[in-house]
Order: sequence, then C-alpha cells, then structure tokens
Amino acid sequence: MATHASATGQFEIVRREDFSDVTYLLEISHPLMAKAAKPGQFVIVMEHEHGERIPLTLADFDPDRGTVTLVVQAVGKTTKEMQRRCQEGAHLHALVGPMGIPSHIGHARKVVCVGGGLGVAPVYPQARAYKENGAYVIGVIGFRSRELMFWEDKFRAVCDEFIVCTDDGSMGIKGLVTAGIEEAITHHSDIDELVAIGPPIMMKFCAETTRPHGIKTVVSMNPVMVDGTGMCGGCRIRVGDQVKFACVDGPDFDGHAVDFDDLMARLRRFRASEADALERWQESCRVRAEEELAEARAPAIGTRPAADL
Amino acid sequence: MAPKKKTIRTIPQDRTPMPEQDPQVRATNFAEVACGYTLEDALREAERCLFCPDEPCIRGCPVGIDIPEFILKITEKNFHGAYDTITDTNLLPAICGRVCPQETQCEGVCVVGETLEPVAIGRLERFVGDMAIAEEWESIPYIEPSGRRVAIVGSGPAGMACAADLAKAGCEVTVYEVFHEPGGVLKYGIPDFRLPNEVIDAEIEKLEQLGITFECNTLVGRLFTVEQLLTEMRYDAVFIGTGAGYPSFMGIPGESLAGVLSANELLTRCNLMHAREFPSYDTPLQPGRRVAVIGAGNTAMDAMRVCLRLGAETVYCVYRRTKVEAPARAEEVHHAEEEGIEFYWLTTPVEILGDGENNVRGLRCQRMELGEPDESGRRRPVPVPGDEFEIDVDMVVYAIGTNANPILGQTSSLRLNGRGYIVADDELATSIAGVWAGGDIVTGAATVIEAMGAGRKAAAAMKAYLGLRDSDVVYLPERAGSEGKRFGIDLAEHNYARVSVG
Repeated sequence: MATHASATGQFEIVRREDFSDVTYLLEISHPLMAKAAKPGQFVIVMEHEHGERIPLTLADFDPDRGTVTLVVQAVGKTTKEMQRRCQEGAHLHALVGPMGIPSHIGHARKVVCVGGGLGVAPVYPQARAYKENGAYVIGVIGFRSRELMFWEDKFRAVCDEFIVCTDDGSMGIKGLVTAGIEEAITHHSDIDELVAIGPPIMMKFCAETTRPHGIKTVVSMNPVMVDGTGMCGGCRIRVGDQVKFACVDGPDFDGHAVDFDDLMARLRRFRASEADALERWQESCRVRAEEELAEARAPAIGTRPAADL
Repeated sequence: MAPKKKTIRTIPQDRTPMPEQDPQVRATNFAEVACGYTLEDALREAERCLFCPDEPCIRGCPVGIDIPEFILKITEKNFHGAYDTITDTNLLPAICGRVCPQETQCEGVCVVGETLEPVAIGRLERFVGDMAIAEEWESIPYIEPSGRRVAIVGSGPAGMACAADLAKAGCEVTVYEVFHEPGGVLKYGIPDFRLPNEVIDAEIEKLEQLGITFECNTLVGRLFTVEQLLTEMRYDAVFIGTGAGYPSFMGIPGESLAGVLSANELLTRCNLMHAREFPSYDTPLQPGRRVAVIGAGNTAMDAMRVCLRLGAETVYCVYRRTKVEAPARAEEVHHAEEEGIEFYWLTTPVEILGDGENNVRGLRCQRMELGEPDESGRRRPVPVPGDEFEIDVDMVVYAIGTNANPILGQTSSLRLNGRGYIVADDELATSIAGVWAGGDIVTGAATVIEAMGAGRKAAAAMKAYLGLRDSDVVYLPERAGSEGKRFGIDLAEHNYARVSVG
C-alpha cells in the first residue's frame, strides 16, 4: 500500500556515527519534525514492518538541515538489530513525533543538566535551551569510562561548567553522576533547578540527592509504550498519589514525586519475552554468519546440488 | 417497486442463519467467526424483505442507506447494482456489515421484525461488500474538482466517512494518522475474527481510488497544530475524528503489577502489532493463563475472546451489573458465552493481588446487588456487605471505558467540555471557524457506525461552508421547476463561479 513509509522513501538515515560498540547516533531526514521538535520530546521508531514501536527521546534537531538526531544504545533485540541495519541511506519503516509535552524551559538562572547512560544525549537539547534562555548551565555527564565519552565539545559549548563522572575514574570524577551533583551543589548554593535524564535508578538517586536541598528536580520518563498518544496506557506511572501516562502527561515529571520503584517494576514486564527475542535473534545471526562463511569457503564451481542443474 | 406483492406469510419465515465456525474450533484461531452468506443464503434472505412502503430501515440507518433498493437488486441478482446503491451513501459496506449494531438500527425497526425475525440487513450488506472486494469492483463516481482542500485528523471510522463524502464532492482530501497504518480503531481495536485487516485494507484502498491521501506517522497537534492546518498549510476546512483513547483504570491496589493492562494495550499489541505472531513480529504480549477482564462492553468481549485465542485456559468477565445491563451487543455476549467465557455478574474488583514477585496471582472481588436506578436509568449496583471473594488469575485486563485524549486540547485553542471532549454544535462545528469534529472525541466512546454517521454529518456541514453542492442529493432536472432557476441554471446545482477572498 502507498502508505508504507519505506516504500515512499521517507525517514532516510542521512548520517550515522558510532560512539562505542553499543552506542550509535542516527541523524534522520524529517524537515517538518526538525522544525516542530522542542527539548524533552520523544519519537517512536519502527525499524521494519515486523518491528516493535520503541520510544526514543530526541537527542537533537536541526531545522536548517531538516534532520532529527537519535542516540541509541544497543541493549535489546530491536536496538541491536537497528545497530546492524540502520546504515546511512537506509530508511526507517516508521518515525512519528515529536511526542509528549516539551520541557518547560523557564527562567531559572542556574540549572544543572544531568545525563547518564542513554540519557546523555537527550539532556543536550535541554542544556542548550537553558543556555539560550540566559541561564548558567552546569552539565553533569556520566559514563562508565573515558572511551565511551561523546559530545564533549557540544556540551562544553552550551555549559558554563561541565562535570564528567566515570565509574572507573578514567576521566573527571570517579563515581556516579550523583557525585557530580554533590560537587555542583557544594560550589553553588543558588541552583534553581536540576534536570536528570537516564536510567530510572540514576534518576531516582539524582532526586534523592537534591531532595534534602529542596532543589526543583525534573526527570524524563521513557517507559514501555505502544502508540505514544495516550491510547494504550502501558506507560502509566505513579506520580504522588496520581497515575499519569508518560506519553501525553509527560515525559517530564517532578522527580521528587515519581514512584521510581513502581516504574522499575513495570519496566520488567516484558523481560522474559525480551530475553527470548534477543536470544532467537542472536541465534539467527549466528546461523546466518556460519552459512555465509560456509558459502565463502566453498569452491566456486560444482557447489550446486544436482537438482539445481 | 417490488415485482410482486409479498406478504408476511409468503416470505421465508426463518431468518437465514449465518454460517459460523464451531465455537470450540474458533476459540483457538483468529479466522473470522462469522463466515459470511453464500450466494444461496443471500438470495433466500433477500426474499424476506417485504419492500414495505414505509421503509423504516432507511431512517434507522445512521447514514441512510437505501436498504430496500439494494436488497431488491440482490433479488434480481444484480449484485453490482446493489453495491452501487450501498456505495451511494456508504463506501465501507464490508466493514459496516460486520460491525454495525443492526439490531438497534435498521433491523431494529424492520417491519418483518414485528412478526418474525427481522431481515438480516447487515449480513446482506456484508455479502455485497465482500463480493465487491473479491470481484474488485469499483464504484467511483464522476468527481469534478472543487479546488477545496480538506484535512482530516484520524483515519478511523469518523475520518473515513467524512473523507469519502468530501472526496465525492470534489475536495482534495488528506487524512492524517498517527499510527503506521490507517484504519484507527478498526485496525488496532477490533480483532481479526470480527473484522479481518484485509477487509479494512481493501475498503481503504477504495477510498484511495477516490483520490483520498492517507498520511501515516503524523501526530497532529505536535508535528503541526490544527491552527497550522488552516494557516500555513492552507487547508480550507478541517475535520477532527481522533477518537477517545486514554483508557481508564479503577485506582485499586495492585494496578502496577506486570500482567495488568488496558484492553486497548492488549488489542493494539495483538491486532495492529501482531504480538500473537511473536517472535516473527517483535512486539511481545505476556500470555495469560487465567485472565480476568473487567467490564462487559464490546471492547471487553473482544479482549476476552482475544485472550482465549492467545491460549488462555480460563477467561472471566467481571462486571458490576447483570447481563441485562451489559453494554456489549447481545450477539457478542452470546459469542463469548459459546466460546466458554465465564461470567461474574454483579461483581466489582477491589484489589489485584500480587505474588511477591510483581506478578498477578489473583483478584479480590466484592459481590454487588442492584439498588435504586441511577441517572442513566439503570439500577445502581451496591455492595453486598461482607461478601468478598478471590478469583485465581494471572492477568487482569481493564475494559471499563476511556477518557478524552488530551493532545489536541494541549496544542490548540479548541474549546473542550469539563471532561476534556471537544465541544461541537449540532452541525459538529467546533469553536474554531473552519474546524469540525465528530465521533468519540466529541461524544465519548460509542460505536463505529455512530462515528461514521458523525463524519458524514460534519461532511454535509463542511460542504455547505465550502459552498459545494450536496453530492448526496442526486440532481434530477425533471424535479427542478423554473422557480428554482437563475440564468437558466438550477439553483440546486450551485453552479456559479466561486471567488475566494483573502
């Protein structure tokens, strides 16, 4: 049918960059979305016709180039398969967005922007927006080790202070992003707001770090969702005594009110299926690689079975 | 009209039964339950129409199909003619024949039904629609471009019906859909065993043949706003048919457990995302072994029957009132019963019980009884003191209705009512000039055909707004007296040059 995106050549990947063996950047052509996107919003991607719809927070958008940028971590079947298949010139089957309520970039004068793991890239547009709004921006970014670091120049360009935390101490502070937050709080008593994007456990501890100081803390939720428009309710989270849908009521919420334990429990809903899918996919890749290898090794002539001749 | 006078005594007395898959067999597959009339079935059933002069069925149809006319053409074996008659008013007969609640509409007022069972109008409509798909018939009227551009938000039943009418009136119509495939609730909500996806795709293709463009992967409100459609994007009019969405939960303890989900999520994963074909398709769906579905509407029935087909051993329906008050169509409840769904009438869940590892192990329920009638006229269920019990389940599905989707309210100046639905007047015009709305986003959850009716009603108002002749009114020169003429042109034709100012 004409409505199939891949057939009409939409959503072309115009640039890819690999930051490490698990983290890769995809810059995708979508002029309308590049114009409409705002910090904090997300998209839903479907790599192929049989694929899952997965939510990814926008890492960047450029109205002049007409592109949006995603930074993906290959952790499950879908993201590993995308890592293999999403090369420059390829097309995504579906890309919809920008979704969610844009982050409220208020008139805070001093802001800490925290990114860890898959949250490093998505916190960049927020840091940039605060900088453009005249705020003093302190960037706190966490990696496991120095080799996994990316976008240092981009962050330095929009941050007045830039604190790197690595698990192994190979760069900046040895420790988690919470150590970086503590340092920022020690040096600045007048922080108005903190924005944290990353794995739920990281956001939880960021919120716990700021709670005693009474610093407004905004976290970005990215739970499992299907449609991303409020229709399935799969992304429901507990905020205070209310149930909210991350896709249309968020994705930004008050980090001091979010029930992170509930969120982390709900993220494990499909763990068995996810593990199963990954295992099957890796097995199929292994089989295919062996077949290819066997084919490559086989002599050029006389390999076809008699029935084929 | 009819070749010979028929009476209630001369027509076949029994309604021709619909061939159906055996309940035991069908509960294990996703093929259609109702297999459709054969040629002989259709001819026999068509003979049951009295062609009565009153024609109450036409008034009973939300879109006003000329029912006696198409049935007459079936009796004459002029099936293509029957198709043309239906498509004069409804381009989606294969869909409507399957999912309309005919018992409360055309068939509910059928004269035959006063004495015998009513003529099976829906089954005949489906028969004609299916034949048109199989034979690849096209019923494309001559369309003269009007130069008007219309945007439709949402490709569900309301949007499809509105788009069809406006395309026939010569408008250039673009339908925006947020999912990667068009069809809305027909695709993600209604399971294949009631409405196969191929049928939806085939009827959507007919809309494309009318010149309608479907733009998927487009979230109106966020990618561009409703206002931008009228300004920057230069559409002359907009129709909003986004549906309700936003499923309700009860707010009882245990709703965060894995294995608790909305019927919308279950159905979307299964129908649109093909979770039942996991791992060939990537979208997972945890299978429930013992499932409780809360609610007794059509969505609840669909959810239960989907769970059975996904391999559940036992599926319970938990509803706080009785079977009499259940909002689902009687036929759907009957089908669910046949397939072995167990019903807990007069039962309300009070807590979902966990197993300590975040999984569901049971549902604690409160027995209810019916008290005084409430504002809806139905007797209000009240708890029976001290009567609580547990059901052993590992999955709980909520099908207790939906709330208004908030996206367009967040992103436009459309006036909403207190519950978040779009406010529209009798002609379905919204608070923004040039924007109409209809279907669930205006009325709250209703049926497919009511949404289609709303789409058509809005289309009529939009045509008037755009200065287009109402293409539903067939122009008959002999009926036009000289009274209605100006410069020798019939006024009904509205055949004047139009000047757009500004």
